[in-house]
Amino acid sequence: MKGDRKYILIFLFPMAALMSIFLYYPFFKSLYLSFYRTKGFFDKKFIGWDNYERLVSDKLLGAATLHTLELMLYVLIFQVGISLILATMVDNISKFQRFFRSVFFFPVVISGTAISLLFVLFYNYNFGLLNGILTGLGLEKVLWLSESTALKAIAVPTVWHYVGFYFVLFLTAMSKIPADYYDAGKIEGINGFKKMTKLTIPLILSDIKVVITLAITGTLKVFEFVWVISRAQNNTDVLGTYIYKKALVDQNFGYGSTIAIYMVVLGVILALLANRLLKSDEITY
Amino acid sequence: MQPAISKEHKIRQMKSSRFSLGTTLMYIALTAWSLTTIYPLFWVVNNSFKVSNDVINSSFSLSLKPVLVNYTTAFDRINLGKSYINSLIMSGGTVLLVLLFGGLAAYVLARFTFKAKRPIFSLLYATLLIPAFATVVPVYEILIKTSLVNTYWGLILPHTAGNLTFATLVIAGYMSTIAKELEEAAFIDGCNRWQMFVKIFFPVSRPAFASVSIFVFLWSYNDLFSALIFVNKESVRPIVALLSQISSQYGTDFGLMATAVTLTVIPILIVYLFISKFIEKGLTEGAIKG
Repeated sequence: MKGDRKYILIFLFPMAALMSIFLYYPFFKSLYLSFYRTKGFFDKKFIGWDNYERLVSDKLLGAATLHTLELMLYVLIFQVGISLILATMVDNISKFQRFFRSVFFFPVVISGTAISLLFVLFYNYNFGLLNGILTGLGLEKVLWLSESTALKAIAVPTVWHYVGFYFVLFLTAMSKIPADYYDAGKIEGINGFKKMTKLTIPLILSDIKVVITLAITGTLKVFEFVWVISRAQNNTDVLGTYIYKKALVDQNFGYGSTIAIYMVVLGVILALLANRLLKSDEITY
Repeated sequence: MQPAISKEHKIRQMKSSRFSLGTTLMYIALTAWSLTTIYPLFWVVNNSFKVSNDVINSSFSLSLKPVLVNYTTAFDRINLGKSYINSLIMSGGTVLLVLLFGGLAAYVLARFTFKAKRPIFSLLYATLLIPAFATVVPVYEILIKTSLVNTYWGLILPHTAGNLTFATLVIAGYMSTIAKELEEAAFIDGCNRWQMFVKIFFPVSRPAFASVSIFVFLWSYNDLFSALIFVNKESVRPIVALLSQISSQYGTDFGLMATAVTLTVIPILIVYLFISKFIEKGLTEGAIKG
């Protein structure tokens, strides 16, 4: 159309401007800052790879990485697993589909902070819901947020929060599978569990990949659950809370930026790895 | 012919009898999971109507004589109402800007043909790899230098930038499916590109716009990390930051905590129940195709 050039420029300009100022520029600035030692915003000194050397020998960062990976393992097994099973079940029933869809999505719309507070109330030693059940059954109270169990206690709400989201994604993917496939399977005598493993899962493998990628990048961003439930104490520091402490509580922007770059690299590597592993699976089916 | 039909008949019968047990088990499992999503909410709402002592001693019993003391405290002492308004303004503002800018960009990317299109898409996808952690310090610096920190814009602008990619991809995906005839008819009627966007592409793509606005609103309303850093002053503090504050300051007032959780969650849940149709529609047509 005539005069399109003008409109292309005008229509794209706001997005380009906002993204440049608030995403691209800050990202490259972080990369730049990761080579500096900083004091506040204005006093900085070039120190080469020093921050990266510190990164490698930082034991607390290593622990935070391990905690994040542990959380990621739970998320990949339970969050993706439960949502896949729930979606298969809802796909196979005829009544109450809408009800389950709506109810399963509830936690997704609730903020992580509110869910964390909810679980603070559950885990509370003296009056929490869980210890209430235990005393009701005549059992001993349990210290849920002790050093050895706190991270697992945090994993529960983390998993629970987004099951509904992946459930809807899986259900949508399953509803797109043509009925002929299932009819053919039926004639072959494929039913129930076999139908899920031999038909449904291979057919939605690309969606499973998307979900796994989302789950990996999502777990790297976990912050609220740890910050509110355990205040990042008792061996529960994850990368999100660690960077918050370093960069914003201690105001160490240089080293904080180095951690940020480390997190981006880690995320990209893990996502690529997951996609590579799943690709080899696809060929075997 | 005859045997084939009877065979198929037999299979169907076999299936239905087998399924009744399997189906029952499935309903039981699904109901069990829905209890895990419903009961905690019920528990917290129920406890919000009790004084702290009753929460401690009998958190399971139904509050037959509800007390409103926690609610009056929430609004009087910690000024929850103000935080509601802050959240609404900032998350609402983010949604409006994202819809406008994302919609325009999506329109260009879906309906115009020009050379730079592919690189622009690559640049868009690249932003998905940049987490908030990697931008927060320089953004904070920008906001301080422009004295936008602790103002509404201090959260609206970063949130808008952060959500634009998602919005643009979903809306562009939807717009590219709209029939060309509509566009041509509008052109013959003498519409320019802006009028075409406002009069045709925006109304026709309403489902995509609706689902985008829901998700952007949720993500913005629920984002604690940015809120703690960019807008953590009482006059502009959104509800998530206040919640975090309450938990550290009034951590022992369990009734009040239950109320604070209730007040954050219930409005969102009610809105969700009304618009859940759009969420599914939007996810079906947009996000997955991305």
